[in-house]
Amino acid sequence: MSTLVIKDLHVEIDGKEILKGVNLTINTNEIHAVMGPNGTGKSTLASAIMGHPKYEVTSGSIELDGEDVLAMEVDERAQAGLFLAMQYPSEITGVTNADFLRSAINSRREEGDEISLMKFIRELDSKMEFLEMDLDMAQRYLNEGFSGGEKKRNEILQLMMLQPKFAILDEIDSGLDIDALKVVSKGINEMRGEGFGSLVITHYQRLLNYITPDHVHVMMQGRVVKSGGPELAQRLEAEGYEWVKEELGIEDETVGQEA
Amino acid sequence: MTVETKLALTEQDIRSFSEGKQEPSWMTELRLKAFGELETLPMPTPDKTKITNWNFTEFPVHTVDSSKFTSLNELPDEVKAVVNADEQKNIYIQHNNTPAFLSLSEDLKAKGVILTDIYTAIREHSDLVQQYFMTDGVKVTEHKLTALHAALLNGGVFLYVPKNVVVEEPIQVIYLHDDKAASLFNHTLLVADENSSVTYVENYLSTVEHAEGLANIVTEVIAKDNSKVTFGTVDVLAEGFTTYVNRRGVTSRDAVLEWALGMMNDSDTISENTTHLVGDNSEGHVKMVVVGRGKQKQNFTTKVIHWGKHTEGQILKHGVMKEEASSIFNGIGKIEYGATKSNAEQTSRVLMLSEKARGDANPILLIDEDDVTAGHAASVGRVDPLQLYYLMSRGISQHEAERLVIHGFLAPVVNELPIEGVKKQLTEVIERKVR
Repeated sequence: MSTLVIKDLHVEIDGKEILKGVNLTINTNEIHAVMGPNGTGKSTLASAIMGHPKYEVTSGSIELDGEDVLAMEVDERAQAGLFLAMQYPSEITGVTNADFLRSAINSRREEGDEISLMKFIRELDSKMEFLEMDLDMAQRYLNEGFSGGEKKRNEILQLMMLQPKFAILDEIDSGLDIDALKVVSKGINEMRGEGFGSLVITHYQRLLNYITPDHVHVMMQGRVVKSGGPELAQRLEAEGYEWVKEELGIEDETVGQEA
Repeated sequence: MTVETKLALTEQDIRSFSEGKQEPSWMTELRLKAFGELETLPMPTPDKTKITNWNFTEFPVHTVDSSKFTSLNELPDEVKAVVNADEQKNIYIQHNNTPAFLSLSEDLKAKGVILTDIYTAIREHSDLVQQYFMTDGVKVTEHKLTALHAALLNGGVFLYVPKNVVVEEPIQVIYLHDDKAASLFNHTLLVADENSSVTYVENYLSTVEHAEGLANIVTEVIAKDNSKVTFGTVDVLAEGFTTYVNRRGVTSRDAVLEWALGMMNDSDTISENTTHLVGDNSEGHVKMVVVGRGKQKQNFTTKVIHWGKHTEGQILKHGVMKEEASSIFNGIGKIEYGATKSNAEQTSRVLMLSEKARGDANPILLIDEDDVTAGHAASVGRVDPLQLYYLMSRGISQHEAERLVIHGFLAPVVNELPIEGVKKQLTEVIERKVR
């Protein structure tokens, strides 16, 4: 079992503090949902874990099985087993999806032990079929000209090809129609199991109809303010966030406001 | 502005050299006339690059003697790497200044195709060479460097494809530079007669780290009515050279001239590539990729000039600048009065990889005719840190991520190159340069 431990994490962007002490522990074989209205720091948490260059961690810690994640470069975090399905994946001209994925897989392997082309193609084809993707997309330039839904599927394709220990899904459901949502969820559920944990960030409960979380956390004002089981998500869906704010005495849930 | 031209050579040296090569009198006269005008002709003025302090005139020796090759097996490994010895039947190799190897298939010989070193061509095909050598393409007296080229010409190749002959296999020419004292005043003259078709690939290949000479290179491509010429090059000249390279094409009616230029020099370089679309309905397409590194300074001026009606000109250039390299990309589409229904398009993109790298793209459209279409796009930028972050977030190292982004940046041009061999070579050279 692997464990990702986030302790009292404070993060700034352009000198403005967005996360104000996040605490979260995720084990493999668990799916955690982080919910909350817009502007409460959910995506910042995702970006800080992965090491986005614009986000500065000012205090706190992130450890993966005791290893200091914050001391690692972005690629080392990925090698250590972290994966972030991004809300806005970059488009990279001239680099095909297939070449990119092969480089990513080989980056985890020793020189001389690269994945064989045949094996790679077999795996890629089967995963693309599973995600109901057009096989041509392997030869298209990475995310270039992809629709919103295609980009999200492509993120899940990478997730399935790279098999990380922990995947953070940053609003993977945004901009998806119901069919695409089902496919994306199918991919994540396929990953579910002993060696895999996930942090699913969303502000709609809708996604959680397809991916049942083991734990649900609510973020407001740059902190996790409430945690519970799947029933918490359902109550949020039914009643919105107002009751949480009332219960905690929060007037404005966005970052920069204090209770 | 004055530039001293202190040539160690005298008029008598030029005359002796020409006579030593048994050149016909027209060539000797052409050299001497060029030599005589050197002092008065101005230097070229590449836009936005100041070349007053560049050395275009001092060099150790005019010619060096190098070995010939009796078979392709004797080639140095670096050359073998760019020659497909089993399949390449039509090939000319120049070793520094020495014509070193020539092979032309019997079939092409029988069809009247001429492929030979420039000295032999001037001697044995005197009338034909005289008709095209620095007449319709580059003029001897254009400026000091063209005159210097004519006066000191010490290598090059002549390719003539007769009327109605279609050459299926690419013709390859290699200019091997492995003597640091050598200077290259090479002239490539390619004449494609009416209804002919040919693909030509040349390689400038330095295998020494550092050069002490000059490279003053002129290429003329004459594409006659309804001919099709695909001209590819991969230039890899060493640091230390001052390189002036002028590649010019002239198209007659219905002719198509495609340039695929891989400018991978490590030297300071002034590159001028001009296509005159003279005949109606003719086309000129330029695709160029550049990788600059070290403290290299380069200027790439690409012009397509539309004289004929319904002419089509396209320029596509992508450049990557590393370290402290700087490059100017001037793109000029010029449509002359009367060239109705013509279309001039160009795109230049420069990617800078470091704080000290410099790039500048200047698209220029000069249009003297109303009934035409034209367009341009240009961009200069640095590597997007979010692209690197994205790639690295999948476990790819920063170095590998940069490599992918660079190859990706150049790929839209490299992939469009019309010659497979050039594409492959170029990819390998790019790989070496960005590693």
